Amino acid sequence: MKIHEYQGKELLKKYGVPVPLGIAATSAADAIAAIPKVQEQAGTEVVVVKAQIHAGGRGKGGGVKVAKTRADAEAAVKKIFGMQLVTPQTGPEGKKVQRILVEQGLAIEHEYYLGMLLDRATARVTVMASVEGGMDIEEVAAKHPEKILKQAIDPATGWQDWQSRVLAKQLGLSGKVAGELAKFLRSLTRCYEDMDCSMLEINPLVTTKDGKVLALDAKINFDDNALFRHPELEAWRDPNEEDASEQEAKKWDLSYISLDGNIGCMVNGAGLAMSTMDIIKYYGGAPANFLDVGGGATAEKVTAAFKIITSSADVKAIFVNIFGGIMKCDTIAQGVITAVKEVGLKVPLVVRLEGTNVELGKKMLAESGLNILAASDMADGAQKAVKAAKEAR
Amino acid sequence: MSVLVGYDTKLVVQGMSGSAGAFHARQMVEYGTRVVAGVTPGKGGSKVEGLAQVPMFDTVAEAVDQAGANTTVIYVPPPFAADSILEAAAAGIQVIIAITEGIPARDMVKVKYVLDHEYPGVVLVGPNCPGVITPGQCKVGIMPGYIHKPGGVGVVSRSGTLTYEVVGQLTTLGLGQSTAIGIGGDPVKGTDFIQALEWFAADPGTSSIFMIGEIGGDSEERAAAFVKANIKKPVAAFIGGQTAPPGKRMGHAGAIISGGKGAAADKIAALQEAGIAVSPTPAEMGKTLAKLLG
Repeated sequence: MKIHEYQGKELLKKYGVPVPLGIAATSAADAIAAIPKVQEQAGTEVVVVKAQIHAGGRGKGGGVKVAKTRADAEAAVKKIFGMQLVTPQTGPEGKKVQRILVEQGLAIEHEYYLGMLLDRATARVTVMASVEGGMDIEEVAAKHPEKILKQAIDPATGWQDWQSRVLAKQLGLSGKVAGELAKFLRSLTRCYEDMDCSMLEINPLVTTKDGKVLALDAKINFDDNALFRHPELEAWRDPNEEDASEQEAKKWDLSYISLDGNIGCMVNGAGLAMSTMDIIKYYGGAPANFLDVGGGATAEKVTAAFKIITSSADVKAIFVNIFGGIMKCDTIAQGVITAVKEVGLKVPLVVRLEGTNVELGKKMLAESGLNILAASDMADGAQKAVKAAKEAR
Repeated sequence: MSVLVGYDTKLVVQGMSGSAGAFHARQMVEYGTRVVAGVTPGKGGSKVEGLAQVPMFDTVAEAVDQAGANTTVIYVPPPFAADSILEAAAAGIQVIIAITEGIPARDMVKVKYVLDHEYPGVVLVGPNCPGVITPGQCKVGIMPGYIHKPGGVGVVSRSGTLTYEVVGQLTTLGLGQSTAIGIGGDPVKGTDFIQALEWFAADPGTSSIFMIGEIGGDSEERAAAFVKANIKKPVAAFIGGQTAPPGKRMGHAGAIISGGKGAAADKIAALQEAGIAVSPTPAEMGKTLAKLLG
C-alpha cells in the first residue's frame, strides 16, 4: 500500500523524525488559504508548492514549485492543482493533481539520499544513503553503486547508533549535524519496523544552514501482508490513486491489476497468472488484467472475481486458466456458473481446468448449459481466447 | 532416491482442524504420506473429520514425543504462522514446510534469523509455497498428487501452480520426477534455488533439473551462476512474468520489478549464459527439457 508524501510526513513526525512545516489541501482554495499560514508559522516568505500524487519524479513534470512570494505561491497552486501531471513513473497519460502540500522553504546546505528496504539477498532491512541526493538516485545506483552506502539492521538488536556514526562519517558529516542524523535515523528505523513498511525513501534528506537534518520528501510503502496489524491506515487510502476494479478486488481479497488489453483472465496462483499473461501476448493477444483468485477462494469470491472481469467494456473474451491445488476445480466452476447467472455472459468464455477435483468441475460446467469453449491445455486456451477476442472486434 | 521427503517422513500437520489443513491432510493420507499427528492449539485430544486415525495435539512438542513426527506442514493463518514455524523448530522438527500465504515480511525476517542462528540444521521450505512431493513416496503440501510420476527430474519452483503445470507436462511426456520442491513466492523464504540445486546435484535419483523462476529479486541470476560453476546435470528453466509491467506487484510479494531490477529479460539472459535451456512459453516447459535430454 502506498500513501501520499504529506501523509508520510505526518507519520514520520509522530515518530519524531524532523520534517518541514506544511499544510495539505484538497482544493485550490484551501491551498491558497494555507500559504499565509505556512509563511507566518515558519517565519519565512519562501514556500514550496508540491503536487501530491503517488508517482515519483514530480519535480521533473512541473509538479513542485519553490515560490519566493505569496503571489508566486498562489500562481503555483493555480497552475498545479487539477493539472494532469506527467512524470517518468505515471505513464504518458499522467495523473490528475487533486491534493497539494504547501510547505516552508528551507535554507538548504546539502541534499542527501536516504532509503530503507528489505534486502532479499541478506533477508535484512537495509538503510541506504548517498551524498548524491536529489532526483536521479536510480541513475546513481546503476552507474556508481559504490556511492550508495549501506547498513543492514540486525534483526536481534535493531538499528544501533554506531551505524549512524559510520554513515555520518562516510557522508562527511560531523559535530552537531552528525548527532542530529543519529536522532533522525533512530526515529526513522523505529517507524519502519513498527509500521511494517516495505519501502521508505527520503529523497532528499537535507541538512540546513543552521545545522538541522530534515526529511524534505517522504515516500512510504507498507507491506500489504501486514495491513491487518494497522487498520488505521485504511483512512489514508486515496481512491483517486487506485483503479476502481482494483479497489473492488481488494474488498474480496483478490490479487488484481488492470492492464491495457482485451482478454480478461482468471487464474489461480500468481506464477500461473503472470505466465497466462505471457502466453496470451505470445500468441498475439493482450491481457486486460492480472487476476490471481488465490488458493483458499470460496465460490462467492470466484463469482466476485468473474464480475470484476466482465464489468470492463474493454474485455472481448475471457480466459479462465486453473490448475487446482489448494483451489478446487468445482469451486471455480460453481463461482463462474453463479456469476454468469447473475450478470450474464456477453463475450466468449474459454475455460481450461486441471488439478484437484477436475472431473467434478468439468461435469458441473458441462451440465450448466453455459456456452463455454473448453481448452485442453494452457496453449490451447490462450490461442482460443486470442482468436475469440480478435473475432469480436 | 529423493530429496527432503520420502518413505522416512513422519508428518505432523499444523493447523489440521482448519478447512484447508483438514482437506489437504486427507489428500496426503490418501496419497500414502505417513501423517502421524495434527496440531491445533486447544484441539488436543479431539478428532478431525475423515482423519480419525490421526491423533490431535495442542503442541508440536507432543507430536514429536508421542507420535514421532520429524517433518511438519503448516496451514496456520498468516498472523500466527511465524509462531508456528518457530514452535516446530524448537520441538526438534527437521523439515518445516510452510504453505501459508501472506505472512508479514517483518515476521519472516525474524524467523529466518532465528532459524539460521539457533537451528542451522533445520530446513524451512516456503512460506507461500505448494510444498514438496517425492512422487510415489510422499506428498507434503497442496499439490494435486495424480499429475506426478516417479522418475529422474528434480523440479524447483518459485510458483505453485506453475509447478503443477511443468509436472503435468513432464508426466505427459513420460518424464517422471525425483522430487518437486516449491520454494514459494515471498521475498524472505527458507530454501532458495541454490540450496535445492545442491540437493538435486547430490541426489543419485535426480538426473536432470527443471527450475521455474519469476520476476523480482535476483535469486535466478545467483542460481544461474551456481549452475554454471557446480551443476553437471542438464538444467532447463522458465521465467514467469515476462510481460509484467514494472512497479506492479504481481500477486506474490516477491514478484515486482523495482528500481530496474528483477526483470525477466535479465534473468533469461543469465540462465542462457549459464548453459540452461530456457522455455519460451509456459506451455513448452516439458518439451524444452525433453529436447535437452535428447
